[in-house]
Amino acid sequence: MLEMLTWVMLAQTIRISIPYVLASLGGVYSERSGVVNIALEGIMLNGALGAVLASYYAQNAWIGILGGMGAGLLTAILLAIITIRFKADQIVSGVAINLLAIGLTKFILRLVFNSSSNSSRVEGLPIWHLPGVPMDSFWNSVIGSPLVLLTGVIILVSHIIMKKSVFGLRIRAVGEHPEAADSVGISVARMRYWGVLISGLLAGLAGTYLALEQHQFTQNMTSGRGYIALAAMIFGKWTPVGAVLASLLFGFSESLNIQFQSMGYQIPNQFIQMIPYVVTMVVLLGVIGRSVPPAADGKPYEAGN
Amino acid sequence: MAGQLFKVILLILVTAILGGCSGQNPSSTIDNKEKIQVGLVFDIGGLGDKSFNDQAYTGLKKAAAEYSLEMGKDIEYLEPAEAADRETALRQMASKKKALIFGIGFIFSEDVNRVAKDFPETKFACVDYVSPANEADIPPNVVGLKYKEEEGAFLVGALASLVTKTNKIGFVGGMQSPLIKKFEAGYKAGAHYANPKCVVIANYAGMTPDAFKNPSKGKELALSIYDKGADIIFHASGSTGLGVFEAARDKKKLAIGVDADQYDEAPGYILTSMIKKVDVSVFEEVKAVHDNNFANGIRVFDLASGGIDYIYNDKNKNLITEDTHQKIEAIRQKIINGEIKVPSSLD
Repeated sequence: MLEMLTWVMLAQTIRISIPYVLASLGGVYSERSGVVNIALEGIMLNGALGAVLASYYAQNAWIGILGGMGAGLLTAILLAIITIRFKADQIVSGVAINLLAIGLTKFILRLVFNSSSNSSRVEGLPIWHLPGVPMDSFWNSVIGSPLVLLTGVIILVSHIIMKKSVFGLRIRAVGEHPEAADSVGISVARMRYWGVLISGLLAGLAGTYLALEQHQFTQNMTSGRGYIALAAMIFGKWTPVGAVLASLLFGFSESLNIQFQSMGYQIPNQFIQMIPYVVTMVVLLGVIGRSVPPAADGKPYEAGN
Repeated sequence: MAGQLFKVILLILVTAILGGCSGQNPSSTIDNKEKIQVGLVFDIGGLGDKSFNDQAYTGLKKAAAEYSLEMGKDIEYLEPAEAADRETALRQMASKKKALIFGIGFIFSEDVNRVAKDFPETKFACVDYVSPANEADIPPNVVGLKYKEEEGAFLVGALASLVTKTNKIGFVGGMQSPLIKKFEAGYKAGAHYANPKCVVIANYAGMTPDAFKNPSKGKELALSIYDKGADIIFHASGSTGLGVFEAARDKKKLAIGVDADQYDEAPGYILTSMIKKVDVSVFEEVKAVHDNNFANGIRVFDLASGGIDYIYNDKNKNLITEDTHQKIEAIRQKIINGEIKVPSSLD
């Protein structure tokens, strides 16, 4: 049992968690500003395709990152306009965007790569090797990846923004008590646009990581990761650090499942796969410290009410 | 004003979603009285899936050439966008008085049974058909096309166990289900038959159909199997397997493809592929209806009939020694003769 808890497993946990971390951080920005973001899944999927398209045409994976974040941003702009400008139901709009993403990415996949299954192989990101460190070391199998390092920076910056900056305070204010924020001259709509657009950039980056690690886009390759990220954000009580820790826990339980299977342990792996969801529900029920959403989360803001 | 604009946006969204449901223009069927009319409904994924659907299409094209049929006129196909559209698509084809209609994928089994009862004049064929509990309940105008995947898996398992240098090989399955367990069972039996010392590590990607579309998970599963010392992995996991190939590239190890020849997905890293010749069965069924000897019930494609095979050609020859190839061919003969009984489940 203990021999599994190795650097190999830690590296795997981090690799699996990166998309959860990025997307759930995105969720934190959006929901703290008061916009429920079910669309993380669709944004991620569009981001993955955007990254592959950009990397494919530019023959350069760094451009691919821009493409992935750009596609995520565009999707988020759509969500923002529908939910903030036109005050539509946020859940329904999010679901619609997820459905749209599935259809749209498949359509483009066939248009560009003439396949309904997967794209051509594209350039991936290099690993920044440390000199003198063996190839299969912890550093080279995870930390040396530029997107993993970038994710580390994003976690730190997000924590500081949300906790210490005026910008973060304003985001939180419009999500918690938009009337009060409005009365002191903060534009509720503008702060919410910021929240949703940042979530688009981050979820787009999550999709970029998935796609560039695989060197290709495959149909519906996010396979529910956006929803897991959403659960991680709730589990993490709508805070950056909480969301990151929850994402790591989900990644760890997936890695545990993989390791158990490879070791040939006869534990039904349905049981292990259940753990993160059970924990999430327990948290939602308030057993381990209640998880309360921002008061105005999901409510369109009508000035003057 | 705002409400109006929102309605317009919603309308665009809905149209975009519905637009995914593509079809062909209905064409008239004048002057083709003597030509056989064939309809085919693809599984979700549709054309370009580099697997079943594409193979079925190849079978149709072969039939078109053989019986001088015109694609889009004598032979028509539909690609349903949603699972719920399957039955509708079958009915649409049937109402066009097609002589033979294909459903591609086990998921069509019940739809085919239902629609077949309403159109007794039309023949139906279903790839990977799951028969009703009582085989006598198969409608008289339905043929279920089944494959002995375990026989092909047995051969690639034997091959992997002879090629491995570590006496450890792996298996990555998609969704845990009897169909995929059949692959695992055959693969393990084949490996132990050819090399009793060979250990097989088997991993599954999940419990839901999503497990067939999760290349990132496939990559992690494969990496952990390679880390445990295996040097060849066979996958039966749809596009999740593309992640297995990615891991093979990373670790400079080998992988085995499934359903179609997958060599081109990772040239140099694919030892072989175990293939199901859906194109052959589609063509055979068109031929049967054309020659007026359609028979209902279950039609099995196996090693003996050539419906199941593994790839050995100029591309992967350098990975398999002549001696090994001969051994595998000998095993093939023994399976065909019945000397080797291949298990189809793990117990």
